[in-house]
Amino acid sequence: MSLKSVTALRAVALRYGSLFFLMVFWIALGLASPDFFTPANLLTVALQTSVLAIVGLGMTFAMLTAGIDLSVGSMIALTSALAAGLAARAASLPHGAYAGQGLPPVAAIGLALAVGGLLGAVNGILIVRGGMPPFVATLAMLAAARGLTLVYTGGYVIPAVDPVLTFWGAGQVGPLPVPVILMVLLFVVLWFILTQTRFGLHVYAVGGNEETTRLAGVQTRRVVISAYIISGLMAAIGGVILMGRLNSAQPNVAIGFELDAIAAPVIGGTSLFGGVGTLQGTLIGAFIMGTLSNGMNLLGTDPYLQQVIKGLVFMLAVAWDFFSKRK
Amino acid sequence: MPVHFTMPDRLLSMEHINKSFPGVHALDDVTLQASAGHVHALVGENGAGKSTLMKILTGALPKDAGTISLNGREVSIHNPGDALRLGISMIHQELNLIPYLDVGQNMFLGREPTRSPGRIDWATLYERAQAQLKLVGIDVNPRAIVGELSIAQQQMVEIGKALSLQARLIVMDEPTSSLTERETERLFELIRSLKAQGVTVIYISHRLEEIFEIADRVTVLRDGKWVGDYTIDNVTHADLVQKMVGRDIGDMFPRAPSERQNVVLEVKHLFSASFLRDISFQLHRGEVVGLAGLIGSGRTTLARTLFGVEKFEQGEIWIEGQRVTLNSPQAAIRHGIGLVPEDRKTQALFLNMAVADNIAMSAIPKLARASLIDFGRVRAAAQEYVKRLNVRTPSLQQLVRNLSGGNQQKIAIARWLVLNPRILILDEPTRGIDVGAKAEVHALMTQLSRQGMGILMISSELPEILGVADRILVMHEGRMAAEFPRDQATQEVIMLAATGASNGAAASARGQAK
Repeated sequence: MSLKSVTALRAVALRYGSLFFLMVFWIALGLASPDFFTPANLLTVALQTSVLAIVGLGMTFAMLTAGIDLSVGSMIALTSALAAGLAARAASLPHGAYAGQGLPPVAAIGLALAVGGLLGAVNGILIVRGGMPPFVATLAMLAAARGLTLVYTGGYVIPAVDPVLTFWGAGQVGPLPVPVILMVLLFVVLWFILTQTRFGLHVYAVGGNEETTRLAGVQTRRVVISAYIISGLMAAIGGVILMGRLNSAQPNVAIGFELDAIAAPVIGGTSLFGGVGTLQGTLIGAFIMGTLSNGMNLLGTDPYLQQVIKGLVFMLAVAWDFFSKRK
Repeated sequence: MPVHFTMPDRLLSMEHINKSFPGVHALDDVTLQASAGHVHALVGENGAGKSTLMKILTGALPKDAGTISLNGREVSIHNPGDALRLGISMIHQELNLIPYLDVGQNMFLGREPTRSPGRIDWATLYERAQAQLKLVGIDVNPRAIVGELSIAQQQMVEIGKALSLQARLIVMDEPTSSLTERETERLFELIRSLKAQGVTVIYISHRLEEIFEIADRVTVLRDGKWVGDYTIDNVTHADLVQKMVGRDIGDMFPRAPSERQNVVLEVKHLFSASFLRDISFQLHRGEVVGLAGLIGSGRTTLARTLFGVEKFEQGEIWIEGQRVTLNSPQAAIRHGIGLVPEDRKTQALFLNMAVADNIAMSAIPKLARASLIDFGRVRAAAQEYVKRLNVRTPSLQQLVRNLSGGNQQKIAIARWLVLNPRILILDEPTRGIDVGAKAEVHALMTQLSRQGMGILMISSELPEILGVADRILVMHEGRMAAEFPRDQATQEVIMLAATGASNGAAASARGQAK
């Protein structure tokens, strides 16, 4: 093979490698189980992937600015607890710490999303104003948001029974589960923002070279803060969906979820060094992770071993990122 | 005395500009005046202050004192945005593009055309980018990723970007350093058409022939001071070189010629993909060889190649009659080579560690007993070299960070002396250190060569090269351009060879030297 065709092949592999991997993965599962390619099962896979995909899309913005958001798992827990807790009537709460009438479910969800966006902004401000490495700022937020969740719930599960509250996680529109619809809608909106707006281009530019971008007259601090707001907001949406799917807010939900949420963009080709990546890649990465969990559950893999396998897949994806950076 | 023109069409006037960095007076009362529609060249040796002056003009650095006026009105420039708004743009020597973005995205970053607020009009953006690319005359797709273009293409994209800003003053810092002859010609055509439109270009280049081709006037800086301002027709190449280097070196470097002994290092036909083109030379025990050349001529690459940091594709390296493989710093150290790198703070020292630890670092295996560090021997070795090199430090436990530049440099050198190398390579050994310490470092080099060490010293200061070296090699664009024995070298002939001005003259000088 000539050098040129090797280079071309490599470019194709870099671009479509994860899609190819997902296809092979699905075909293998289809051969192993005749039920895999039934519409019902595919919708199940999509439903099980939706939270990861949505949070991963937000994470992609943070990672494109050459950052990372480790706080997403804790944010999911905090926002799902807030949505359920604010909507609940005092009497129905397990430990009765907060009195009074519950808020209308839509208002409770709105407030939970606002808190997600706000904490995302705090992450961004700690990074650009406080000069903290994103790893450290969001690690601190990981601890703080989880702590807030435990303080707010007192460590108890908050039930969520109102159908409007759980609609976002458990509802259906026709045959389609609402989380799958949300995943598609959010993908389209975020894709538009990232590829068609000045802000989107500036997200890539900041991650490519912050100083050059600043010298071009771009307000780089605003760009970075906005990226973390998007990441926080997507985590909050994930929290609301999860609360609906579980019919409750659980203070220990989504512990360790940041690993999956980082793995999805990285498997989908987003660089850990910033400036490179796509949302369609993240979607594919999320489906690879989702299918992996789904497949291992179907095969009855030991849940402890599942952690090991996920870790290995993540390691391989990171190794691939380093490999493809080295020309 | 700066000349004050009373030209009505004077566009730019920078007067009495002063700028100091810790320990260096980088610009001392410098004046630069350029007329509208002129190409004004700015020349001087490395470190003369050209880049600092231009950074002040484009808002990348604040000035300490002085005034900047445009069209006779004083302006204040505090950041790059201010300069852009005033119509001043700059083409940087080191490229200022984002490698992952495409050509169009880079050109219009921060001022993207929009369809509705915030939404980029991609069609218009690429159309305009295409027009700029056509203007600068390169055949590149505006959607091509910048990181996949050649350096020359990237340079042309950068030029296209600067032109698209519609600036009335464009600073070009070594714009041709990575261009081919044809691309350079195209750039000159562009500059001429800019002139015709009344745009002023400030042109920095080490290639004096270019300045004679394109410039109308030239300002010479030396050691941060204004030397003169001339109409290009009134000066010759030799005049400019003389004004750029024109120092009286006097008796700053008194030194008897040393005893040249056997060849300790011989390099034969070294080629490397990174930069070196057919490098051959010899270094003898007991001599100091000076390696001159402009920044970017390949001197540091050569030093790093000899020390096993950079790879080479072709050629041979012999040490005392034996062919050696230098594929790592460990191998180089084993063969008795030491390198004191150019950047003291990031490459030579452990700033947050003690003087004693810094001196002993490379020799830890030698100073160990049964694989355990013998701190008594470390202290003794450190004590010995602190005394021998006259390092002024309150104690061996002082952090190196807290010492002066000169004392830091002595420690960087001491680290090698503990290993007693056969060959010591010093890259800009006296940059940024005060005069007294400089003299001590020079005396130390002389003393070491007397003891039989072979010393290769890279320096951008010609008086230092002339004062300290027994023999002088000059590099130009990755090649050995010339070689002079000490008594035949002058600043002028070295500078001529280093600027590639007259390869004929350089070659004949090399012929004489043999």
